[in-house]
Amino acid sequence: MTNTPLWEVFVRARNGLAHKHVGSVHAADATMALQAARDVYTRRGEGLSLWVVPSNAIVASDPTDREMLFEPTGSKIYRHPTFYEVPEEVGHM
Amino acid sequence: MYSQALNTKDAAAADTSPEAASFQARIDAEERIEPNDWMPDAYRRTLIRQISQHAHSEIVGMLPEGNWITRAPSLRRKAALLAKVQDEGGHGLYLYSAAETLGVAREELVDQLLTGRAKYSSIFNYPTLSWADIGTIGWLVDGAAIMNQIPLCRCSFGPYARAMIRVCREESFHQRQGYEIVLTLARGTPAQKAMAQDALNRWWWPCLMMFGPPDTDSQHSDTSMRWKIKRFTNDALRQKFIDATVPQGHFLGLTFPDPDLRFDEASGHWQCGTIDWSEFRRVLAGDGPCNRERLAARQKAHDDGAWVREAALAHAAKQQRKAA
Amino acid sequence: MQETPRIRMLLGLADDALIHGHRLSEWTGHAPTLEEELALANIALDLIGQARALYQATGLPEDDLAYLRDPHQFRNVLIAELPNGDFAFTIARLLLVATAADLAWRDAATSDDSDLPAIAAMARNEIAYHIRHAADWLIRLGDGTEESHRRSQNALDALWPYTGELTVGIDRSAWLGAIEAVLERATLTHPADGWMQGGGRDGRHTEHLGHLLAEMQILPRSHPGATW
Repeated sequence: MTNTPLWEVFVRARNGLAHKHVGSVHAADATMALQAARDVYTRRGEGLSLWVVPSNAIVASDPTDREMLFEPTGSKIYRHPTFYEVPEEVGHM
Repeated sequence: MYSQALNTKDAAAADTSPEAASFQARIDAEERIEPNDWMPDAYRRTLIRQISQHAHSEIVGMLPEGNWITRAPSLRRKAALLAKVQDEGGHGLYLYSAAETLGVAREELVDQLLTGRAKYSSIFNYPTLSWADIGTIGWLVDGAAIMNQIPLCRCSFGPYARAMIRVCREESFHQRQGYEIVLTLARGTPAQKAMAQDALNRWWWPCLMMFGPPDTDSQHSDTSMRWKIKRFTNDALRQKFIDATVPQGHFLGLTFPDPDLRFDEASGHWQCGTIDWSEFRRVLAGDGPCNRERLAARQKAHDDGAWVREAALAHAAKQQRKAA
Repeated sequence: MQETPRIRMLLGLADDALIHGHRLSEWTGHAPTLEEELALANIALDLIGQARALYQATGLPEDDLAYLRDPHQFRNVLIAELPNGDFAFTIARLLLVATAADLAWRDAATSDDSDLPAIAAMARNEIAYHIRHAADWLIRLGDGTEESHRRSQNALDALWPYTGELTVGIDRSAWLGAIEAVLERATLTHPADGWMQGGGRDGRHTEHLGHLLAEMQILPRSHPGATW
């Protein structure tokens, strides 16, 4: 027998915030996945908006690429404001 | 605890690879391990077993309490109990989700439960005979669960830790509603007070067993400790539980069914009598008052629901064909 | 208990919600999927909450009303008390009952009663989701497999004679229109309106209610005066 598809669930807690991953549900189709996400993940006023995404639609970076992908940024400290010196008298900038 | 049957039989075969060394270094540095990261096979197997046993315990745990939803004695109690049992279903679901990130489908995990290959907590093989059992389960069983689950919020495996944070946040009302029920009974009519005492008499020892065998018997738990899947030993958690709940029981005016229970001034801890581990092993092996009923109920729900799940899939397939 | 027309009206709505909510709560631990466990419990909790609000609006103690009345004093429609049957029966009943409740609450929302409009504001959102959930399931069951279609059609056929008293006081054609729109997508049909069961509002119930209440009321009945 076929397994019921898995969906990843994202909840927006309130307007102004991004949707955040909270877990997954099983459902045969998108409509029922949304209802399941509502019934499972928003029982305590956790959200105002829901996304469900088929789990197999997510493309993830490979953890073994982590150093190649994310290390090079560590040396680019000139991208951060604290890299630059501004005299105190100038005030907040 | 909810994964007490985990005897960690397959202790990590001494893995001396560089991957294993850097894996352990990350754990030692309190880094979290995420699903796609390299991990030793034994770590993956241990987690799948522990998380799924935890999930099964939540699901089977719905049955003894569900037994009283239709008989809850007030509408307020009825709503609270239904919400609590519903939470347990939710917690089972969060935990299955966490286990699935390790590459095993929920269907496979459920099959392991129904065929007896996976265990669940021994505590749910005891019957709920009176309304006081519902209060006592909330107070003691959920109290014991919380003791175990709070450290799991810092478990080395990210999805498990995140699920436990959610579970702990939601569960905070469970123990309080249980204690409130027992307190109401303890302050009620003589019959109600007797009901509360009888429930404590029946649940106390099985609750102490929930934490699993004594540390002297679980020789491999050091592997789980090293991997930070487990952060306290069975005995340490059990002691913490006894120290917390004995004064709560005395406040209720109830007597613990243990003539040897005494406060040890020197250590500052409550000391209990000898736990009957033969009962624990027997119940875990399948011979408890409700083992067969619990599994039969899960099997029936699974079988009765098959045509529903098939219908939903069939409709989805038709819709997809139409759209194509 | 002095049953004024207002109390009688409130009890009708409240008993419908309580008894139907009670039936749905019986699914706990036995639903076809884990996701549906949570869905059915949510709906049951909504209905029990509505019942409590309505009992409280009578000014009488809610637990006395729920736990100390005999079957003939309950004012719910018969369809609410029928045993759950299979999942198709439960879902079909939910659609039929919730669609009627939606129309009844629409009227209640604009009544000049001191409490009803506020309760209706809460209940209408809840009922709207019950309808959505039941309709989406019934469409899947009706259209799904041969077995699910057969079970759904059987459920509708069995339930139909209980829909007469469901639409007393509301516009049956509006109710029927909403139901037929769902049934069409579900590839299901309903029997023609014929002889209808009735009596619930007058306290003449099926044999099932006595058993339901015997179970529900056992503790308060066997410990008179106790606090829980």
